[in-house]
Amino acid sequence: MEVLLGITGKDFTILAASKAAMRGATILKSSDDKTRQLNQHTLMAYSGEAGDTVQFAEYIQANVQLYTMRNEVELSPSAISSFVRGELAKSLRSRSPYTVNLLLGGIDPITQKPHLYWLDYLASCASVPYAAHGYAQYYCLSILDKHHHPDINYEQGMKILRMCTDELKRRLPIDFKGVTVKVVTKDGINEVEYDDSKQVISA
Amino acid sequence: MDSLVAQYSRPAFHNEGYSQEEQQELSQTMPGDISLKFALPPVAQPHAWLRAQTDDHANPSCPIKLAHGTTTLAFRFQGGIIVATDSRATAGDWIASQTVKKVIEINNCLLGTMAGGAADCQYWLAYLGMQCRLHELRHKRRITVAAASKILANLVYSYKGYGLSMGTMCAGVTPQEGPALYYIDSDGTRLAGNLFCVGSGQTFAYGVLDAEYKYDLSEEDALELGRRSILAATHRDAYSGGYINLYHVKEDGWVKHGFNDTNPIFWKTKLEKGEFSNVTSELV
Repeated sequence: MEVLLGITGKDFTILAASKAAMRGATILKSSDDKTRQLNQHTLMAYSGEAGDTVQFAEYIQANVQLYTMRNEVELSPSAISSFVRGELAKSLRSRSPYTVNLLLGGIDPITQKPHLYWLDYLASCASVPYAAHGYAQYYCLSILDKHHHPDINYEQGMKILRMCTDELKRRLPIDFKGVTVKVVTKDGINEVEYDDSKQVISA
Repeated sequence: MDSLVAQYSRPAFHNEGYSQEEQQELSQTMPGDISLKFALPPVAQPHAWLRAQTDDHANPSCPIKLAHGTTTLAFRFQGGIIVATDSRATAGDWIASQTVKKVIEINNCLLGTMAGGAADCQYWLAYLGMQCRLHELRHKRRITVAAASKILANLVYSYKGYGLSMGTMCAGVTPQEGPALYYIDSDGTRLAGNLFCVGSGQTFAYGVLDAEYKYDLSEEDALELGRRSILAATHRDAYSGGYINLYHVKEDGWVKHGFNDTNPIFWKTKLEKGEFSNVTSELV
């Protein structure tokens, strides 16, 4: 019941990830941050098998930074997505594959265009205007299909995100303890204050 | 009056295949006992046997593929009740029909919706229609939605464990209750409520519907929201599609608002409103 959501707009990419860290029937932590910053303008959100997720995310984070140090080149979101997909594909065909699903969001440092990539543990990679992983797909993609437009501004993006998280609170049987929200713009990556206290009740 | 009703309440095909005694036995169900009698497979556990024959998920080569997969929704609002469904029937991966009527018109004030096994729904909602008519003849007034839904709920509950598969909604307006909406499923659950979506596409419909649902919706907005919610589900759920069947239940009966192909509605929505922005419309 982990939630990952991604929305792109005119000049930004929003990533949201649920705050609950669950093991079996227990919530171990309700302020978990399921994102890793890969560089100044690329952020990765992850969900999946316990242990695999952080290991894989930090492996990617370290390698992206290593590449930049060696070659003095900032990698673009599209370059990183290809790298991550390659690593997942390699892992999938190994003895113990990583079971990790990802959203990769960012701004291209040259074109200043927002990008969002949807990747799963089977090493699919798709460039999309909005995305979700897990059960959030079932509830949120229809909302995003209706309310998302490619040229929305940040306020409209947050409004759509609110519609999505409200619906999840309303219909998901397990509490995911709200979401951490991070926004990537040309000025960098910022965590956004996001009020999760309001209870949402179905009609 | 009851003897008159009894005379006409025998099954329609009473000359076909059954002897007079068997027929008597079948038709003499007590007024309180609404469960019919069916021949069951001659094995120790009929429901387990049925599951083995029909469970497509566990056994892809099972001999009987049940028609499944649907999106149906109904919601109460200030102007009555909106009922909307898709029209696709699937049997395993096969689209068996694109023109199924999943709203059954029980009488001119009562509607039922079908989700789950197509045969189960069709048969038992037709049976419910019959019971509602008999109630009308016996009591000289139309059945309430609460009572109609309870007939169905008690009926499916009496078959619990025998493998029935149905998720239905009963919507209607009566002088006693006003607009009323009930959800009934084959587990025996029966719930009154303002808003329900049922079927494999339910989550997608809920997404669109919950985001903009208000009890004070205008009639025009309510119809559009019902239509758009089914469209969302037909777009994302492979087992939903075909046509959008739309009804509005008002105080003086239901009004049908068309049986419309989803494809032109989808492209109209995309091109005129700019929605579904992940779908490309240019040829690359």
